[in-house]
Amino acid sequence: MSRKYQKICSLCLIAAPVLCFLICLGVGRYHISLPETVELLLSPLTGAAVDETAFSVIFKSRLPRLLLALAVGAGLSVAGGAFQSLFSNPLATPDTLGVATGASFGAVLALLFTRSQLVVQLLAMAMGLAALLLTCLISRRGGHSSMVMVVLSGMVISSFFSALVSLAKYVADPEEDLPAITYWLMGSMNRATLPGIAIGVPLIAAGTAIILCLRWRLNILSLQEDEARSLGVNVRRMRLAVMAASTLITASCMSMCGQVGWVGLLIPHACRMIYGSDNRRLIPAGIGMGAAFLVLIDTAARSATAAEIPVSILTAILGAPFFILLLRKTGGAKL
Amino acid sequence: MTFSVVNGSFRYGPVPVLRDVCFQVEQGQVLCVLGPNGVGKTTLLRCMMGMLPWRSGESRIDGVSIAAMRHAEIWRKIAYVPQSKGTALSYTAAEMVLMGRSARLGVFAQPSREDRQAAAAAMELVGIASLAEKKCCEMSGGELQMVLIARALAARPELLVLDEPESNLDFKNQLIILETIARLSKEKGIAAIVNTHYPAHALKIAHQALILSRDGHTVCGAAAEVISEANMRRAFQVEVKIADYRYESGCYKSVIPISVVS
Repeated sequence: MSRKYQKICSLCLIAAPVLCFLICLGVGRYHISLPETVELLLSPLTGAAVDETAFSVIFKSRLPRLLLALAVGAGLSVAGGAFQSLFSNPLATPDTLGVATGASFGAVLALLFTRSQLVVQLLAMAMGLAALLLTCLISRRGGHSSMVMVVLSGMVISSFFSALVSLAKYVADPEEDLPAITYWLMGSMNRATLPGIAIGVPLIAAGTAIILCLRWRLNILSLQEDEARSLGVNVRRMRLAVMAASTLITASCMSMCGQVGWVGLLIPHACRMIYGSDNRRLIPAGIGMGAAFLVLIDTAARSATAAEIPVSILTAILGAPFFILLLRKTGGAKL
Repeated sequence: MTFSVVNGSFRYGPVPVLRDVCFQVEQGQVLCVLGPNGVGKTTLLRCMMGMLPWRSGESRIDGVSIAAMRHAEIWRKIAYVPQSKGTALSYTAAEMVLMGRSARLGVFAQPSREDRQAAAAAMELVGIASLAEKKCCEMSGGELQMVLIARALAARPELLVLDEPESNLDFKNQLIILETIARLSKEKGIAAIVNTHYPAHALKIAHQALILSRDGHTVCGAAAEVISEANMRRAFQVEVKIADYRYESGCYKSVIPISVVS
């Protein structure tokens, strides 16, 4: 891709999340135009008199979930991009280390006993981190762990937790608990409470900030271990930092809105087709594209039909054709 | 800078690989390491740079053991050029060479304009400035090897360590690599330690040679003296003849393998 084309893309990627966010705030059963939306958003500052219904629709219902969609979209893209470099594998996803399945099990376990979103979120987060810990412990041999061992351990932990999820579904009360569990696993932005978001979004932001700061080093981590070490990088510590940050992001996202598939694979790959493999540009681009993408998907999920469609269904249904189009057009991108 | 290995020994489990290896490389000198497949040439490089721990003995930079030095500090003085076959990522040459600046930057730092200039200068130095925007996965073996050398030079090291840099390359690229190493040592005073399969290449560019034999015996000394018919026979179990070929004003040494010693 030429430099000029890349510059245009960069401008679009900066503008897209902001524009999508403002426009989508107004979209829905209760329609609000763009100038009105901006006026409403600024009203607490300017003190202007505004329509009370519109105010409550925006601030109580749409703003939190769109903020969540922004954070989750950006976070999952960054975590996916980071894992793809870390494992030098373009197919790695934020779930490679079993974190997402671990978090699912935590949530399902909580749903068997309670409907409190906060408890569900906290248990999901805890189990997600426990899954990472298990993966790291299993892959260590003689104080050292190779990347292949890490990936294999992640797969084992992932299938172990997914069996536990199945077990929990099997024993769940089919009248009450099972539908709640099934619906949770399909993912949705509407369930996070404000206190829940207040816990989760800062964690996503922290993880994203860490990876953003380390993004150039990610290039080096994707080389072979000896090569990376010879470039003066403390490979072990750097890998741990990136894994911890990505896990923080993934577990927080999962705990707030359930499984949101595809974003971590699709968005980094789409960015790679525009910018090449350099993470210095890839990671920031992923933040813009991921945030805009999930805001659009979530808006479609809540307003396309009378009932809400689970997000992970839409990311796949809308994501797949978009991805195929990109693949056909550019012939794909290598890592 | 003086780089030395003192009584370095290493073994994988109970199998001894290297025994009491000693050598010293001064500024601007080239040392070639020769030996049959599997004798431990790459292991020697990895131990020497601290990627594998010596079982006994140590490596020193200016008399200081590298075990006592900070990681980044070592890699500002030494730069490693790995075998090119393993690296086929789609970074462009410019991005790849820029990575060489890593040891000179803080953990969270992003490369600055100065780093980009240093990377461009390194590419200029080995004559690959025109490859800057080409992707590494689309390069020929010779081009990729030059990119890796440029990446090593971007760190402004005082010692280059090259692992079989001219293997898998054609005649022309072999000559380019060898001449680059010789030129860097002569003009820039950059020392080099080079693993090679070709005794003739060692005779062409090296001041010193280190020969590893399978029986654990090592010889080290001035290249022209150490690379002898007797030593080659002992290390490789091959009968060789070393001949001079005079052409115009130069004298070119060739090493001719005659037969396998049974």
